[in-house]
Parts: sequence; C-alpha cells; structure tokens
Amino acid sequence: MAVVFEKPHSLCDVSMHYCPGCTHGIVHRLICEVIDEMGIEGDTIGICPVGCSVMAYDYFNCDMIEAPHGRAPAVATGVKRALPDKYVFTYQGDGDLAAIGTCETVHSATRGENIVIIFINNTIYGMTGGQMAPTTLPGQVTQTTPFGRDTSVAGFPIRVCEMLSTLDGVALAQRVSVDSVPNIKTAKKAIRKAFENQKEKRGFSIVEVLSTCPTNWGLDPIEALERLRKDMIPYFPLGVYKDITAKEDK
Amino acid sequence: MERNLMKGNEALAEAAIRAGCKCFFGYPITPQTELSAYMAKRMAKAGGVFLQAESEVAAINMVLGAASAGVRAMTSSSSPGISLKSEGISYIAASDLPCVIINVQRGGPGLGGIQPSQADYLQATKGLGHGDFQVLVYAPSSVQEMINLLTKAFDMADEFRMPAMILADGLLGQMMEPVEFPEAKTHQIPKPWATNGTGMKRKHNIINSLYLTPEELEKTVLDRYKRYEVLENEHTEAETYLTEDAEILVAAYGATARVAKSAVIKAREAGVKAGLIRPITLWPFPKKEIVKASENAKHILVTEMNMGQMVDDVKLAVECRVPVSFFGRTGGMVPKPSEILDKILELGGAE
Repeated sequence: MAVVFEKPHSLCDVSMHYCPGCTHGIVHRLICEVIDEMGIEGDTIGICPVGCSVMAYDYFNCDMIEAPHGRAPAVATGVKRALPDKYVFTYQGDGDLAAIGTCETVHSATRGENIVIIFINNTIYGMTGGQMAPTTLPGQVTQTTPFGRDTSVAGFPIRVCEMLSTLDGVALAQRVSVDSVPNIKTAKKAIRKAFENQKEKRGFSIVEVLSTCPTNWGLDPIEALERLRKDMIPYFPLGVYKDITAKEDK
Repeated sequence: MERNLMKGNEALAEAAIRAGCKCFFGYPITPQTELSAYMAKRMAKAGGVFLQAESEVAAINMVLGAASAGVRAMTSSSSPGISLKSEGISYIAASDLPCVIINVQRGGPGLGGIQPSQADYLQATKGLGHGDFQVLVYAPSSVQEMINLLTKAFDMADEFRMPAMILADGLLGQMMEPVEFPEAKTHQIPKPWATNGTGMKRKHNIINSLYLTPEELEKTVLDRYKRYEVLENEHTEAETYLTEDAEILVAAYGATARVAKSAVIKAREAGVKAGLIRPITLWPFPKKEIVKASENAKHILVTEMNMGQMVDDVKLAVECRVPVSFFGRTGGMVPKPSEILDKILELGGAE
C-alpha cells in the first residue's frame, strides 16, 4: 500500500504531554518536516527551554539539550561556536525568550549568531499555570493580572520581531500564525527559510509563531483560535519584519 | 625547558589553550580581565573560540552549550561574577557536563573591592548553586601551580563528568612569576554522551537536568555522589612542610599559604616547632592529610583571607581532637608574615 502521509522521522513517535488544542504539536511537526526535507536530522542539535516545551527533548529525534530558563540562545551560541557546521535551533516560549531571557535573545541576535530561534507567543506562561507574560495583551486576565493587564501598572507587551528587526545581526525576523491552513503553510515556509539561512551562514533567524493556550485562556480549542485571530493578530501583526534575502532577490 | 615571566591570569589562559580548551567565554571583571584579553589575542590562532559574552550568566550558559557539544570549555570571573554564574554551574553539574571555571577572588560581599581575597571558600566548596552537588575545587598557590592544576582540572572534569574550579585570588592572578609549560600531558577521553549530532548512526543524546519523578531524580543525585565518594577517597591533595614534628600546625591554602610558610620558617628559628599543611584540593577536602600532619600537633592555626571559612572543615577533619584557632584578614587585606608569626608564637607558648 502506498504511504501518503506519515510522521516526520525527526519527530519521535511518542505521545506528547501538551494539552488538547494547544498548537505546540503543529509547530513541532513543521520543524521536523523542514529538518526531514533538508535531510539534516543527524546534524541538528535542538535546545528546549523552561516552560511547556521543557520536555521537547523527548519529541525531537535529533540531539537535544534542555537549557536553563531564558538561556537557550546562550547555550545555542556555545554549541554553534563549538560545532559551526551543525544546525542549531532553540524552541522558546514568550516568558522564556522575552522576559527572563531578553538579554540572551537580544545579544545572540545582534552578534548575528548563526542559529534559528522558534519563538512561541501565546501571551501567557503556560507551564506554571497561566501568569502574565511579556506578551500578555492589555486587559488580558491572567493569574497575576486578575483584573486584566493594567498597562499603567504592568506596562506594555513586547513586540519581539519588530524590536529585533532593528539589529544588524538579524537575517530573518518573521511573525507567523498556526491558526489556519494557509497560515500554517506560511509558517512552514518561514521555518524553512530560517534553516536555509543557517545553512548559508546568513546569521540569526527568528520565527515568531502566534499560538494558543486553551487551558490557561479558559477557552475551548476553537474559541482559542478565534481569540488568536481577533485579539492577537491585530496587536502582533503577521509579516516579515526583516529578511536580508529579500534584497538579494530584487 | 624554557622559562617565561608570566602574569598569573595570562598563565591560566595559556595553560588552558595548551590543555585543549576549545571554547572560552568571558566577561570583564577585575582582577581577572587579563585572562580574557589573553584569550582574545591567542584563541583564534590556536584554533579555538574566544567570545565576550553579554553577561556572566550568558557566559556560563555558553560553556554549558560548548561542553554539551563535547569540547573543552572554560569561563573565568571574579567573586561577584561567580555568584551570577551559580545558576549555570548548578545546571552543568546536574547535566553531568565537564568544564573549568576560574575564580580570581576579590574582596566581598557585594561589589566588595578588587584586592585579593579568599572569601568565596564556602561558596566554592559548599554551595556553588542550588541543589545537591559538588564542584572540584583546586587552590593553587603559585603561578606555576595554576598552570599545572588547570591541566589537571580539565582531565578530572572530563573523567568525572563534573565542573572543576580553579579557586585563585587577585594576588595570584596579578603577580608575575617565572613559569614553564610542561609538555602537555593532558588526556582527552571520548565523549559518547555529547550532543554533537547523531549522524543518523545512534539514538539521540539528551543533555538534561529535569526529572519530574522524584525516584529518578534521587537516583541521578545518588549516582553523582558515588563519583564524589571516589574523589573524596582517592583524589585529595595537600602539601606539607615541616609537619612531622610540628606542634603548631598552620593550615592555609592559596596565596595565604606562602605568607604562612614564611611565618613557619621564622617560628622554627624562634624555637617553636611549627609546620604547614596546604590543602590543594579544597573539595574534596584533604581530611586524611590533615589528620596525618596533625599527629603531633598541640594546636592548629587556620589562616585565610576571610573570616575563617575553612575552620569548620579542619575541625571536622581532626574531629576536634586538636584545638583549632584562626587568624585572618579580610576585605582585600593580605596577612603579613609577622602577624601570622605572632599568632604561632603565642600558641607555641613562646615569650
């Protein structure tokens, strides 16, 4: 019988601990499809963060490292500098990347560290049970903003791609979403471009993926996708904020 | 063999390169900055990586990454910077990764000062981060010994899969002494656990410190402590000087031991049977060496550049059979030989 659809080889054949309706599974799969298509599983080292994807080392078939909270870009720097011919990617949530790890994120970007960062933005700390993240929207209710995020007290969300796009070391800064089939296709293309950039030694690539957290948002999976479209995309517009290959194409 | 006059910090850097250190991640802090500067100049030529990190926190995590990749990696700092690295050191120890960390100690606490100190003894030997773990701690007392111990630190870190620290101080880091670099006798061992790409030839390797099942986590800690036991039984080191008949035994390490040695010589001239024991490994602590050196001792005098951080270890080593006193200076002050001598003479009953 002809095989028409299968799990990517680089995605471990195990059940994941993610909640029903969470979009981590989609993003894991997209990364693994890219790794398989580029034939780089044996040369790839992935770095997972502290957060919901802390156990992603059990889901990716390539070599994996579990980094301290926020430090994945520094750990990735260490691996990449030691093994410049290998592919190195990090997979980080918003609390990890844009709060505790902001320094490592910004500096690995400005160094033009030749790595890929997959950044999951779901506007909340998932693993610890739904606290305010640096990307939590104004007015959003979380465990630590029980009356909604009051920007006069808790400040404003960080738009990571916009911020990083100002840095010369960045090759690609693109925000995508996995709420619909067309958007999932775009997301995969962005992830592919990020890994191609690494292959061509173009520098730092970040793909920000707008994602859902039905459990901590208190929504069912469908409602969660609707919230992503209705509330998140207007605040975090999808698009390419920087792409140094775009100039080359012209 | 050629002898060169070298500053301690630079000798450490050169020794690391000769010991096969492939990645060095630094961050400026007095009094160790010459080490980074030397690495910046030499590392690329030696085929390695020098990178100035954005913080001490980032530097130690870069070490974590490079060590995971299976290469010899090192970082260096001074006291306040080591506190910042402690998170990463705990993760490195918990992930069973080898690396070398240099601490060229300065006075503390807080920002403290930039003069020599040994006030990080307890941090290095008892609490270099959260959780149950140990770090190998070597305390050199000369520039030449820094070179020798650094090579050893890399070898032992690899063999026992744990971080090793060179606990130096601002005095050793800044002073110049004639040194020679022995033919590298370092031996690098295979690292089948490294995350350097499966090459599609093996199951994926995972470097990790997370174990949500307490039984599993306990097992990883117990396994680590079995290795620590081997170190405590077989790999302690100390130097002794005139201890056979010593009635007043001075215990000192690092730069302080050199000052103490002068005092011991002067005490002998004054007719007091003084001797010196100098722990070289601070963890594992050389208990049996201290017990042996104190066989004839009526009194032990611990001298350090801190408020007496090694005193309890010495008391425990001799199980309080010999009275233990302390003399030290702190805050960046170096004890004078005459100050230690006075204390020895006082304890030795000399008029």
